[in-house]
Amino acid sequence: MRVARLDIVRKHPRALWNSHVTGLVLGLVLLLTFLLTGHGLGASGFTTSLAATASQALAPTATAHNNYFGPMFEDDNIPLNAWITWEVIGVAIGAVVAAFMAGRFRWQIDGPPRLRVRARLILAVAGGLLAGFGARVSLGCTSGLGLSGAATLATAGFVFLMGFFLAGLAGGFVLKRYWN
Amino acid sequence: MNISFPLGFVGPGSGLLCGILFGFVLENGGLGNGCKLTAQLRLKDWTVFNVMFTAIIVAATGLYLLEAVGWIQAANIYTPTTFLWATLLGGVMVGLGMAVGGYCPGTSVVAACGGRIDGIFFFGGILAGTVIFANAYDWIKPLLGAAAGPESQTLDQLLHLPAWIILLALAAMAFIVGRLTRPKVTISDLARKTATSVSA
Repeated sequence: MRVARLDIVRKHPRALWNSHVTGLVLGLVLLLTFLLTGHGLGASGFTTSLAATASQALAPTATAHNNYFGPMFEDDNIPLNAWITWEVIGVAIGAVVAAFMAGRFRWQIDGPPRLRVRARLILAVAGGLLAGFGARVSLGCTSGLGLSGAATLATAGFVFLMGFFLAGLAGGFVLKRYWN
Repeated sequence: MNISFPLGFVGPGSGLLCGILFGFVLENGGLGNGCKLTAQLRLKDWTVFNVMFTAIIVAATGLYLLEAVGWIQAANIYTPTTFLWATLLGGVMVGLGMAVGGYCPGTSVVAACGGRIDGIFFFGGILAGTVIFANAYDWIKPLLGAAAGPESQTLDQLLHLPAWIILLALAAMAFIVGRLTRPKVTISDLARKTATSVSA
């Protein structure tokens, strides 16, 4: 890791884009996505297919009988064979390219600076559990429902964002002392 | 001339293109940084709000104008439906997930691709959370469809207002929040910045 740092990281990582510029460009990318495909950007559609596929590989019988995962494999359907899979592969490529170009790529464990590594990783998994479960309850995550849904002015997008920001703020203030 | 969107490009090429641009923009905006994302939740950093609302307004205005000139039919643009309790509860859980773990599904991919190991763990948590959901599905199912709104309802339909008024209201809100939360550069910040760049 030490070697990777020396090789990859520029001495001065480039500054991040201004948040309004980021938003403007993101809005144009989102608009392009709507014009090409008729729907917006997302993420949890892919994690759902991936979870279903992993579940099927590890426990095929239980998965086939599961009322949520089972129907995804009916008629020899392959849930990962979908636009959103390519989109998330693209997100990974775009993020790696951006991180290297800006000299920001660095192996590290981010998270609440006041906590030890093990506690940070446990919190990361716990946060992922909540987000993974929650995104299935609402049929979309921050990108698919919050961003793309709100861009169509769908009431659902704004209802999601209200829940997201209010709970996030409450959680953020409760956990404040670990992050500061 | 008869121009009609969407083009129906739903193959790997379009997915890769849109995804690469999405990931590139998110990383450059700092949205793969868990400390930055959670700082928004403590109101210390307004990146998440500014990025999301600017993007929503830009894309929504683009769709509105293209509909106005007849290049797009609203019916051909996927518009999600509200299931009040499920939509709200899902938002609450994803928000808490960010407060606890630092990311949401998309940003955890960006974080992992910037070398953040906690982003990889968050991503693993999402997969596990999805499996838990699938196993709780029969039990939670009644809640998922409860209090369903009209199909694909939009804010202008809900409030009986023209869409351009909604767009103006969103823009006004984004502008006011942007103004009120503009980072103030103090003399000590400048001094610190100079000091770090010299020492680096």
